[in-house]
Amino acid sequence: MDRLIESPVTPVEQRAPGRWQIGTVTSIKTETPHVKSFRIELPMWVPHLPGQHYDVRLTAPDGYRAQRSYSIASSPLDEGEIELTIDRLEDGEVSPYFHDVVVEGDQVEVRGPFTSYFVWRGEKPVLLVGGGSGVVPLMAILRHRRRTMPDLPMRLVYSVRQADDVIYADELRGDAVLTFTREPPADWSGHRGRIDPELIAGAGIDDDGIAFVCGSNGFVEAASEMLLGLGYEPQRIRTERFGPTG
Amino acid sequence: MIAEGAGRKLRPLNGFISRGFRGRRRTPEELADRLPPGQYSETGFPVLTAGPTPDISTDEWSFRIDGMVGQEHEWTWEEFHKLPFEQIPCDIHCVTKWSKLGTTFGGVSMDVLLEEVEPLDAFAMFYSYGGYTTNLTIEDITGGKAWVVTEHEGEPLPRQHGGPARMLVPGLYFWKSAKWVQGMRVMDHDEPGFWESNGYHNHGDPWKEQRYWTD
Repeated sequence: MDRLIESPVTPVEQRAPGRWQIGTVTSIKTETPHVKSFRIELPMWVPHLPGQHYDVRLTAPDGYRAQRSYSIASSPLDEGEIELTIDRLEDGEVSPYFHDVVVEGDQVEVRGPFTSYFVWRGEKPVLLVGGGSGVVPLMAILRHRRRTMPDLPMRLVYSVRQADDVIYADELRGDAVLTFTREPPADWSGHRGRIDPELIAGAGIDDDGIAFVCGSNGFVEAASEMLLGLGYEPQRIRTERFGPTG
Repeated sequence: MIAEGAGRKLRPLNGFISRGFRGRRRTPEELADRLPPGQYSETGFPVLTAGPTPDISTDEWSFRIDGMVGQEHEWTWEEFHKLPFEQIPCDIHCVTKWSKLGTTFGGVSMDVLLEEVEPLDAFAMFYSYGGYTTNLTIEDITGGKAWVVTEHEGEPLPRQHGGPARMLVPGLYFWKSAKWVQGMRVMDHDEPGFWESNGYHNHGDPWKEQRYWTD
C-alpha cells in the first residue's frame, strides 16, 4: 500500500488519501449559534466512506501550527468537495478560527479521508445515536443512504440540549427522533430528557442491526450501555467519542 | 496552558499560511520540546474507544504471554501484584492530536514479564478483553519502554481508561497502549492489529508523526 502511493508518477498518487492539500471554502452555513458547516472544494478529492474524517492544519506566519480532526458531514456522492461541520469550542484554537475568521473563498489546508472503522458500508438495519455535534458523521451516513438506498431501514436518535441546538434541523424530517435534555421548542410534544430505552425502541430499528454511537464520552458511555441492555451485541456497536478538544 | 513561544518554528514547505491565524493555545516554552509535531497539550484525559467499555473484574483478569516463547506464562491479578511494581512518570500522545504531559502510571515492566517466558521471535500481538488488538515489535516493548499498568496517579486505573489493566507504551501513539489488556502473543511475523488494519500507521512513532497508513 505504502509503495503504491509513494510511487512518483502514477495517476493513483494524485488521488491517494493522506496528502496535505489546499482546499477552497465555497460556502458556509450557520447551523446553530455555535455550529457552522463549511463546504470545501478539493483539488485532490477522493471518495470517502460515510463516517470518515479529515485532518485540518492551520499555520501561523511564524510557522506555528495547530491540527485537529473533523468528521465529514457530506455524502461521497458530492464529488470534488467535502462538508465539515464544526462546533465552536470556547477554549479551542482551530474551531474558533473557522467560526470567527474563515469566510467564503478562503483557503484551508486539509488531508483525508481517514480511518475505516466508524464507517457505514451498506449494512442494515442501522441505528444512529448522536449527542450534540456527535451527529455530524451520522449525518454523512444518513445523507448517503438517502441518495443510494432510500428504503434501507435507518433511523437517527438525536439528543440535544435545547431548541436552537439542532444541527441540520431542516433536513432531518422523519428519519430522526429527537430529545431535548434542557429546553425543548415551545410546541414540543416529543421526548424530553436524556435518551432512554423507550426512545431507542421508538426508533423502530431491530436490534439485529448495527449501531453507530457518537457524542461526548459520557453520552457514548450511557448510550452504548443502553444498547447492550437492549440486546445489541458489543461487536455491533461502533462508537466515536470526543473529549475536550478544539 | 496558553502561552507564547512554543510551537515548532518550521517554515511551511509549501509556503501556505492560514489567513489571519496566530495560534492561541501555544504550549509554554518549558513544555514545548516535549510536544511532538501536530500535537497540543491537554490537561484532561480524554477517552477513545471503538466500542462499549468492557467490565472486567480483578477476579477474572489475568495476563498471558504465549506463542513463540520458551515457556508460556499466565499471571492472575494476585500473582501479577507480587512482581516488582514501579511508578512510571511519562508523557502520552494520542493520534487524535492531544498529548498529556507529565502523568504517572503504576505497573510492571514488560522486561520483568518477558524474563519469565523467553521470547523467541521479534513480533508481538497484544489482545484485550472486548476483542481489541494491536501489534508491537519486541524491540518496541523491551529496555524500559513498555509496562502493564494498573494504576494512574496513584489510584486504581479507571475502567474507561482500560482498568483493571492496560498497556503503557508512551513512546508510541496511545492506541498502541491497549486497554483491558489480556495477553500478548509472540509471533514470527508482523501482522496489523485493529487500528493498524483500519487506517492508522503500523508503527505509530509520534516524533515522526506516523499517524496514518501513508505517513
